[in-house]
Amino acid sequence: MTVRAVVGRIGFYVLIALITAFMAIPVLWLLFAPFDRTPSLSTSLPEWTWQNFTGLLANPYALTSLGNSVLLALGSMVLVTVLGALAAYALSRVRIPGRDGLLYALLLLSSIVTGTAAMVPIFLLMFELNLIDSQLGVVLVLSGGLLPAAIFILKDFMDGTPRSYEESARVFGAGPLQILRDIVLPVVRPGIATIAVWTVVNVWGNFLTPFILLRSPEKSPAAVVLYTFYTEGGQANLGLISAFSLLYSIPVVAMYVFVNRRYGFRFHGGIKR
Amino acid sequence: MAEIELRGLVKEYPGGVRAVDGLDLTVADGEFFALLGPSGCGKTTLLRSIAGLETVTSGHIEIGGRDVTRLAPGARDIAMVFQDYALFPHMTVRDNIAYPLRIKKMGKPERHAKAEETAEGLSLGALLDRRPGQLSGGQQQRAALARAVAVRPQVFLFDEPLSNLDARLRLEARTFLKRLQRELGVTTVFVTHDQAEALAMSDRMAVMDAGRIRQIGTPTEVFQRPTSTFVASFIGSTPMNLLDSVVDRDTLRVAGVTLPLPASARPHVSDGEQLVFAARPEYMSFRAEPEPTGLEGVVAIVENMGVGSLVSLEVAGPADVTRIVQVTVPEGQEPEIGSRGWAVPAPERVLLYRRDDGELVGSARSDATDPVLAAARN
Repeated sequence: MTVRAVVGRIGFYVLIALITAFMAIPVLWLLFAPFDRTPSLSTSLPEWTWQNFTGLLANPYALTSLGNSVLLALGSMVLVTVLGALAAYALSRVRIPGRDGLLYALLLLSSIVTGTAAMVPIFLLMFELNLIDSQLGVVLVLSGGLLPAAIFILKDFMDGTPRSYEESARVFGAGPLQILRDIVLPVVRPGIATIAVWTVVNVWGNFLTPFILLRSPEKSPAAVVLYTFYTEGGQANLGLISAFSLLYSIPVVAMYVFVNRRYGFRFHGGIKR
Repeated sequence: MAEIELRGLVKEYPGGVRAVDGLDLTVADGEFFALLGPSGCGKTTLLRSIAGLETVTSGHIEIGGRDVTRLAPGARDIAMVFQDYALFPHMTVRDNIAYPLRIKKMGKPERHAKAEETAEGLSLGALLDRRPGQLSGGQQQRAALARAVAVRPQVFLFDEPLSNLDARLRLEARTFLKRLQRELGVTTVFVTHDQAEALAMSDRMAVMDAGRIRQIGTPTEVFQRPTSTFVASFIGSTPMNLLDSVVDRDTLRVAGVTLPLPASARPHVSDGEQLVFAARPEYMSFRAEPEPTGLEGVVAIVENMGVGSLVSLEVAGPADVTRIVQVTVPEGQEPEIGSRGWAVPAPERVLLYRRDDGELVGSARSDATDPVLAAARN
């Protein structure tokens, strides 16, 4: 090895170490700060205490907001997977002119639908529908925004399922819903699992939509409640925020590990096993 | 038990492509029937139409005397085995075989008992709890067959049942499939592009081209007496020699040799008529000495076929165009490459076709646009 190569290699590792530290420090903060007597924005070994968590329990909205988050996430997940699977199956199997164009247009527009730009029209629409301060409204808006991408990904899985499976079942006398339930859905299960997790994660982390559409604090999800943790002095209450952040992130991480063990993640359907 | 009757069947795809073009066909009860043809000839479309997976444009399909033209696939009392077997990957072999029975609302213990019984009969008993992905190609094929057999349908439809197996297994499966069909006695239609498969397995076969049937007959009939140059060139593991020839009064001039015109052909041809002379390599013999009725040429290639060899002779044709004539020779008599040789056709095996429409000399001259009728009349 030349000196030049050695120096290059050392420089490379230093760079990697810097990037790793950059990524790891916020995670360490999340692990340490909740147990620190005097949490600050810097990461340091904590003086152990449970006081941040007891403070959290005293807050009237903290735990209910986690429940609300679960409600919104599961509601959207059910809606997106059921509607997405049905639509993707139909779009995969029925030939309609301009199908791909339609899908790409939907995909493109969906980023606007849940995006900030469309917040005013969405608010007005929800207002007209009498869905302001309703969790159903939030679920509908979020699902609407996620569906195009879900359909797009699921359609790829459906396309990857050989038609002969369905034709074989048809010859044996199975109807379309029977075929979907017995043959297609089990075959595309990894795709469904991916979409379900992806929906949950998206809804779990969404702040803007529930912040705008919900008014009562007892209906707000965790992402919105987190925003209300101030001290009397109007400063961010880092103790509550860090403890709540930890609780807030555990379900998502747990779900990710569980689903990955059980089904495995795949974002494409076309590749043969 | 059921016979299949197709009358005036037409399947036209959007865009005007006629995959099946006015087809009449009767498959007798209990018959093992092969649909043979090059890819794109409409044989698979025809099979799928019988299954009901394609809606026909016009015409009628009857199974066991019942008009099923407009019935859903599931109401036709058929079972189909697909080229890729279409075994459901998430179900065990047992559940796969039992699935059609589950659709027919049979109870769980009952259908599992039936699946096990059928699997036992096809020697799949030890594999019942495996998934299709854990089976070999031959086992997958038998599982797919078991699924079809367990339904006890009136008709089996097989779409290229052997094409996914490797060569060795294919021969075994051929024998196995033929025996299974014989034991069950169920009317069976199968599609293949492999003429050897059709000859070996079927009771009767139809050779298809461009959505029409060119010839129907037993394998022996089709092999020995193809009614057109198309069928002649398609059937046989060694390609048929097809040579341009001209009638010269009582003789036939082929590749510079004058042969006697067969007596049976004499009433049907006129002096100077252009014909195609056809003889199978197996029905010709090779001589190393001059022979007046032999086609003379130079040995160009010798291909070993295990028992015997296939010799290609370069024969001088009209206007110095060389043509290849192939002839089989028995083991141990292979000629030297580059030596002269004579290929002598067996006179009773020679077939003559009209050059213009490619039909057998002496067959009724049909409208050139409607060879189906010619085949049906045969």
